[in-house]
Amino acid sequence: MPEARMLLKSAFAALSLFTFASPVLAENQSFKLGIVTFMSGPGAESFGVPAWEAAQMLSAALNEGGQLPAPYDKAGFGGMTIELSVIDENGGTTKQVQELRNGYERDGLDAVIGYISSSNCLAAAPVAEELKKLLILYDCGTPRIFEDGSYRYVFRTTAHATMDNVALARYLAKRKIKFDDIASINPDYAYGRDNWKDFQQSAAALNPNAKSKLELWPKLGAGQYGTEISALLQANPQVIHTSLWGGDLQAFVLQAAPRNLFKNRHVVITAADHVFQPLGNRMPNNVIFGARGSNGLFAETSPTNDWLVAAYEKKHPGGFPAQSYYRMTQSILGLKLAVEKAMALNGGKKPTAEQIADALTGLEWDAPSGRIKMALGNGHQAIQSNAIGVTKWDPASKRMQVVDVERFDAECVNPPANIKAEEWIAQGFPGAKCN
Amino acid sequence: MLDWRSTAHLCMALVALLAAGLVLPGWANFLLVIALSKGLAALGLVVLLRSGLLSFGQGLFYCAGGYGAGLLMLWGGISDAALLVGGGGLFALLIGVATGPLVAGYRKIFFATLTLALSMLVHGALTKADFLGGTDGLNLRAPTFFGWRAGSAGENVYALYAFASILAVALAGLCRAHFGSVRGLLSLGVRDNEIRIEYLGTSVRRVVFENFVIAAFLAGIGGAINALALSHIDPELAFWTTSGEFVFVAILAGQASVVAVFAASVLLEVVRSWSSQYFPNAWQLTLGVFMLAVILFLPNGVGALLRRRSRPSVEADAK
Repeated sequence: MPEARMLLKSAFAALSLFTFASPVLAENQSFKLGIVTFMSGPGAESFGVPAWEAAQMLSAALNEGGQLPAPYDKAGFGGMTIELSVIDENGGTTKQVQELRNGYERDGLDAVIGYISSSNCLAAAPVAEELKKLLILYDCGTPRIFEDGSYRYVFRTTAHATMDNVALARYLAKRKIKFDDIASINPDYAYGRDNWKDFQQSAAALNPNAKSKLELWPKLGAGQYGTEISALLQANPQVIHTSLWGGDLQAFVLQAAPRNLFKNRHVVITAADHVFQPLGNRMPNNVIFGARGSNGLFAETSPTNDWLVAAYEKKHPGGFPAQSYYRMTQSILGLKLAVEKAMALNGGKKPTAEQIADALTGLEWDAPSGRIKMALGNGHQAIQSNAIGVTKWDPASKRMQVVDVERFDAECVNPPANIKAEEWIAQGFPGAKCN
Repeated sequence: MLDWRSTAHLCMALVALLAAGLVLPGWANFLLVIALSKGLAALGLVVLLRSGLLSFGQGLFYCAGGYGAGLLMLWGGISDAALLVGGGGLFALLIGVATGPLVAGYRKIFFATLTLALSMLVHGALTKADFLGGTDGLNLRAPTFFGWRAGSAGENVYALYAFASILAVALAGLCRAHFGSVRGLLSLGVRDNEIRIEYLGTSVRRVVFENFVIAAFLAGIGGAINALALSHIDPELAFWTTSGEFVFVAILAGQASVVAVFAASVLLEVVRSWSSQYFPNAWQLTLGVFMLAVILFLPNGVGALLRRRSRPSVEADAK
């Protein structure tokens, strides 16, 4: 019967395809680091491609050695050369899980830093845990990962999205901006919903009179916001909250600014610095925004930050690195310190995934965005400081400036350990330490 | 029913698959699990295609199977793979029975768009269902296999692979038997001339309905396996791109044979994985070129190619 023969044939074909790509033996002198980030799709321009660029730039500088200030001046990861590879995050969770397994088992990656999308983070975490391989989540927002599960090999070296909205609400309260009537326009998926929920509850905790006047949920990637802008203008709230990002945010700003949506009221944006360069002077003044940490324009002068900004300007004259650059950089630097710490304990030999995981648990380090502390989720989830400010276009330098900045300590805008972010906000931020 | 020869071939195929899994590394086993589960959904499409209908909403049942199995695990506390996959398949079948009468009256583009609309409806509802995790979805636990729990990652993947292989071979055999049965052959008649089939005393609507439900069940089983392999369910299972992928596998396979469906599914997964490894910036382009090449040079699918090889004389006569 031809079918059986055919099956055998295809089985052999499949076998021969698999064998030529046999797992490569990891050399002692190199550290294989996989980066997973959006190289295509809507997340690529704003977050994915800058993050990959940051990883390339940083690993080149680290491999050369002595480029960065101490304690990052050792070459590579403890003398091991960093070998970078990239996986496109686009294509859905099934593809991502498959590619992550391929990366660990076929390509012999020592560690993977990646994932912007929360669903990919949620799906990838158990895979790394199952294979006992190191996985560092660098961008996704959902606090659920370490609140619902506990992992040994999975870390998130950036703060989750809770602090973005807690800081926005605290900013309004601190600056005595009236926010009794709030309207919102958020993308209709988990990230947008989480952002709005966090902001609404934070606002209610700080101002008992705060009430939601209008909630708008345009589809992710909608691009046209004419109707929404009309509804917002008609509702005429004191504050408009949005967590639109990337092309959506650009489109919203370009369509809303000529209709004076940004005049006579406060628009607060959870993360906006990544659209400043594409928008230029079309980004209106007096918009309250954050950058998911003390990133980009909010970063304070420090040896590492000065290095990062200078290195970026060399590559993109007149530009400044935005949040994605910072988040990737702090993740790689944290991993570097953990690898070197584990290596010292391992007698100078290449450490195992367990040893690196132990070293990274509860670690603290200085990144361009300030001090990163692995304080939550049993030492697997980072907290970091945040800052909120107001846009101001500087025509002389043709650059966006940030003014009226308020800085918030990590412990002020992040929940303490052992309490879920949602409950922490609902209970009115118990245990928050603000300066 | 199947004759003894076919049964023997199926058993041989199963043994070959199980043996191959022992030799292959874990990531390849995982790739094959996904390929088999997608292959099952595509097999469902082939069942429909035989009656001349193309569903663009097969993802709905893939998703139903995944969520059925996933929620059975999370809410029902069941961890046995056989029960979960069976439950997922059954849930998809029930949805197929519920929606079948609606779509069975439609043909051609109307059938395709209606099935597409149904699956996007479910996708939209799931993205808004916060208690189901919204777009982020839900994480599952590792399943057990008849009371046995895998000790290591490699064992777990192989167990899933073996489980998926047994199901795929068994369901492929059943489909083969169905294709050769009277009702299965009537499907071909529906495609060619519905009026004649009605004159034979059969309800065309009923034939279409039955095929639709079979397709739903197959996709449900596939979706449940996918959910267990991934340990994660999210609404993307019902998104149109998932359905589109099944359509492509079905086209790539052609309708010549059941085995070709799984071969095509494996081929697509291998090409995707390979292109994403070597062209991380252009893997979609590579996939697109591959699809174009298949449509241009293999309009009758992989199945036709392999058939032609095994019977060159027929082809020569035809030319």
